Amino acid sequence: MTVSSANPETSEAPANHAVEIRDLHKYFGKNEVLRGIDFAVEPGQVVCVIGPSGSGKSTLLRCVNLLEQPTSGKVVVHGVELTDRDVDIDAARRGVGMVFQQFNLFPHMTVLQNVMISQRRVLKRGKAEAERIARENLEKVGIGEKCDAFPAQLSGGQQQRVAIARALAMSPALMLFDEPTSALDPELVGDVLTVMRKLAEEGMTMLVVTHEMAFARDVADRVVFMDGGVIVEDGSPEQVIGAPQHERTKTFLRRVLDPTHTDI
Amino acid sequence: MTDQPKTTEPAPAGGAPGRSGLSPRKRQQISRAVQYVVLAAVAVFLALRIEWGKLGENFTKLDVAEKTLPDLFTVALKNTIIYSVGGFVFAFLLGLVLALMRLSSVRPYRWIAVAYIEIFRGLPALLIFLLILFLPLAITGLEIPGGTYGQGILGLTIVGSAYMAETLRAGLQAVPKGQMEAARSLGMSYTRAMVSIVIPQAVRIVIPPTTNQFVSLLKDSSLVLFLGVSGDYVELTKFGNDTASTYANATPILVVGVTYLLVTIPLGYLASRLERRQARGR
Repeated sequence: MTVSSANPETSEAPANHAVEIRDLHKYFGKNEVLRGIDFAVEPGQVVCVIGPSGSGKSTLLRCVNLLEQPTSGKVVVHGVELTDRDVDIDAARRGVGMVFQQFNLFPHMTVLQNVMISQRRVLKRGKAEAERIARENLEKVGIGEKCDAFPAQLSGGQQQRVAIARALAMSPALMLFDEPTSALDPELVGDVLTVMRKLAEEGMTMLVVTHEMAFARDVADRVVFMDGGVIVEDGSPEQVIGAPQHERTKTFLRRVLDPTHTDI
Repeated sequence: MTDQPKTTEPAPAGGAPGRSGLSPRKRQQISRAVQYVVLAAVAVFLALRIEWGKLGENFTKLDVAEKTLPDLFTVALKNTIIYSVGGFVFAFLLGLVLALMRLSSVRPYRWIAVAYIEIFRGLPALLIFLLILFLPLAITGLEIPGGTYGQGILGLTIVGSAYMAETLRAGLQAVPKGQMEAARSLGMSYTRAMVSIVIPQAVRIVIPPTTNQFVSLLKDSSLVLFLGVSGDYVELTKFGNDTASTYANATPILVVGVTYLLVTIPLGYLASRLERRQARGR
């Protein structure tokens, strides 16, 4: 089953959103982290999710590829309803790349093996083909010369770019980024953002949880502000970051854009 | 006896004289002198009391030692290694299965694993060997494959697997959760992610402690003695015991002891080296 191309015969999803989320709730124990999320991402869109820590933005992202099981609600990705119990979740995840805050490269494998393993094991690509695709993607993120290094020998920024290449090698139609630059030294953030910007320009559909306001303002087609498990504001970067309507958004942005500000 | 007098006599703060009126430094000197005196007294007592000639006659007779060759290595050490390597391999595999069961989401699997681990960690190894010896009596028609080798390896597998399961469980849990998440997000199934990503890392983590477990299995292989083995199946301890009886001389026991140490000491060093390397690498 292919996930990358929306299936027109699927009666469940009349509109061809890349991601469609309906009334999503998520509890951790008694704690309701997501309190009814409705939103959609269109193909080719770059959507940045911003918000204070604990607002549920990472949980929302992790629900999109079911690393977290939603308590209730509907998650549809490329026409496949992931929250349907009968869906082949492994197959569905193939079309969705994920980049983590902590990189999560496989430390016992070289960079090249990291990018090849799931191509070989999941997509059953031949060795030569997998290696060619791996090298192409590593070249693309600017680490072509580090193929034989182990993750521990790379800087954080390089590791994160390998992680992006690893996800891209699966030819995903959607990329999820969970605070991809939050664990990086400040001087390494730029390299990763450059790669992400390039990806956005190529038309990749991207859902990005981030604290990089400049990136959100410059690259995103839409910015979503979350707080307390709900979406407070959703609109263009000019609207949400430039001219926020809600007090919570204003307070958050004041704090993020000027950390010395203390009138909270 | 402690060689760290500092810990036995906490120095008063500021180096001020204590209740006894002696400075901490002076008391340390006295304590050390007392320890040397005790050591010297014990040495003198032993030197006078032990009949060195008789001891040497019994434990270090070269002609008896010579008689142990070449069987010491070609039969006894070889068999010790067969029993312990065989036991180790099966204990490792069974331990891995038990560790995965223990971490399984299926509750009865967890119960079975916990019960097995608790039972066989709590029993003396010798009892397990006796159990194997008597098992064919209880269950007619039961025959353990591989004869004596099979019985010995089975015993060591049972002894080792319970410990190995706990070590491997700790290893599996030490692999960061993000590894499984990254693998799953790349479309791997749970099983595939376990096999390709989590287990290889867990095994690396547990190499130093399992090396120590191998040493302990190697020593436990001496219990094969109680299976009533003979001839080509004897391992080091049984071999030492038999040879000692034959010549009514204890030299073979000493020879066998040294042979164990030839294997266990290098392995112990290897384990601590691997441990240090891992501590640096992570």
